[in-house]
Amino acid sequence: MTSPKEYMNPYVAGALLGLLLTLTIFITGRGLGASGAMKSATVATMQTIAPSHTKEATFYKDYTVEHPEGALKNWLVFEVIGVVIGAFLSGLLSRRLSFVLEHGPRTTRAVRVVGALFGGALFGFGAQLGRGCTSGAALSGMAVLSTGGIITMLAIFGGAYAFAYFFRKFWV
Amino acid sequence: MGPLVPDIIGPNLNFVVALFIGIAFGWILEQAGFSTSKKLVGLFYGYDFTVLRVFFTGGIVAMAGVITLQHFGLLDINLTYINPTFIWSALVGGLIMGLGFVVGGFCPGTSVCAAAIGKIDAILFIAGSALGVLLFAEGYPLFEGLYKAGNWGNPQVFESTGLSKPLFAFLLTTMALLAFWAVSLIEARVRGEKPAYVHLSRTSIAVAGVGVLIAFSAFVLPSKKDALLGEAAASASTQSRARVMSLDEFAFRVLDADPRLQIIDFRPAKESGSGRLPKSVSFTVDNLFEKEPARLLGRRHVISVFVASDEATERRMAGIAEGLGYKHIHVLEGGLNAFNTEILHFDSTKVPHTRQEIDTYRFRNRARRTLPALIAANTFSGPVKKTIKRAVGGC
Repeated sequence: MTSPKEYMNPYVAGALLGLLLTLTIFITGRGLGASGAMKSATVATMQTIAPSHTKEATFYKDYTVEHPEGALKNWLVFEVIGVVIGAFLSGLLSRRLSFVLEHGPRTTRAVRVVGALFGGALFGFGAQLGRGCTSGAALSGMAVLSTGGIITMLAIFGGAYAFAYFFRKFWV
Repeated sequence: MGPLVPDIIGPNLNFVVALFIGIAFGWILEQAGFSTSKKLVGLFYGYDFTVLRVFFTGGIVAMAGVITLQHFGLLDINLTYINPTFIWSALVGGLIMGLGFVVGGFCPGTSVCAAAIGKIDAILFIAGSALGVLLFAEGYPLFEGLYKAGNWGNPQVFESTGLSKPLFAFLLTTMALLAFWAVSLIEARVRGEKPAYVHLSRTSIAVAGVGVLIAFSAFVLPSKKDALLGEAAASASTQSRARVMSLDEFAFRVLDADPRLQIIDFRPAKESGSGRLPKSVSFTVDNLFEKEPARLLGRRHVISVFVASDEATERRMAGIAEGLGYKHIHVLEGGLNAFNTEILHFDSTKVPHTRQEIDTYRFRNRARRTLPALIAANTFSGPVKKTIKRAVGGC
């Protein structure tokens, strides 16, 4: 087993990301995203396991009105399937595929499990409230110079810096 | 002109495009090292600023790319998705996401990317995200007030701040470059190393140079729109190759309800009032540069007649339309002012002499009596406003 390849130069990766985003906006008129696909998957799951509930609750009703073709027939769902394929191929070619639970040097696996679940829940919730995540609101919002997108970006990174001190034992 | 969806790329092909864009997105994120939480949170503890470098470079390049495409008339920003601004949900949601970032070590996009190469913590993060979405969905009545508070519409940041777009883009780029320099120093200090200077290959520097030149041209060269408008203002109005339609022919086609006739009315709304000709579409100069309205001009087998109060305006507009590549544009002889005096208010007391004058007299007298009813009955003000539909985006 050979060691993993080095990561790409961050500025080169950033430039490629920017060109991809420009191309995406030119072709589709919309930016990249991620959390929207998680929303689609969650809504689709709820529609399957609790159909009577989703016909009543406002959130699901609004969602059905906005997505008449079904929760999973969504641009971001296809895009995120692509992300999984692309990341997998990249990991395969750079020899980085492995089942591991990464955690900071001073934490246990149990803390990391709880942290990942809890952090995910916060991010999932925040992305719904803030109408998009780091990709959909912050990055794509910056590309089209959307005021809301840039405010969300500042809030995400500002919030992360503000809270970082309290969770330093998780990571360093 | 972009966006290519939905005209050139249909809704179903768009899903295939989404898949390929996703593959490229995932590949770039993984290659950049976004598939490990340790590298991601390094940003917040000062030991690894990869995220900041990738994210800001990406944002700046995309911003410059969008501005450049727009500048050269290749992208209609009115049709692209601009994330809406709801000030309170953006701030509170952003802060919660920031907390989630340092607790969970990922954001949604990077968690998918990390999960794809087998990171178990990323898979747990995704499961957590689903729970977070569920919590929001189930508690939606509680959060709806905050979610919908402070709606500012879809402003772009230079509109909100009052700065010009190029100035804002310049400031943002400068900030990013300063940040790249500053974080290299911080990173070196935290790691206890010497600052690592950027090592880029000659190829990447050359490619970046070309990119910067193209983006810079958007600041230096006038935009296609400005160039055409300037040309139209400067040149003698006779230069337009538009064909002139005589008043009588025009009136005849209107009376005849000619299906091939398409009247593009450039009078401002207050000038024309309710007196819109049948089958006329209200247009502004800006409409000529927009993708949806201008589609009317590209239709085949129609005779587009540009009308305005005077012929000089008509010719100017026709000149711009020709500059944009539209063909077979007609202008109305003498403009609508002439049409008003010669046809609508035709002086029937004038006695005709020659045979031709008698024909004209008969026709104009009939038109004078019939046309006002047609104009009055016409409520069609044009589809220009209605057909503007932005792309749906966001998360």
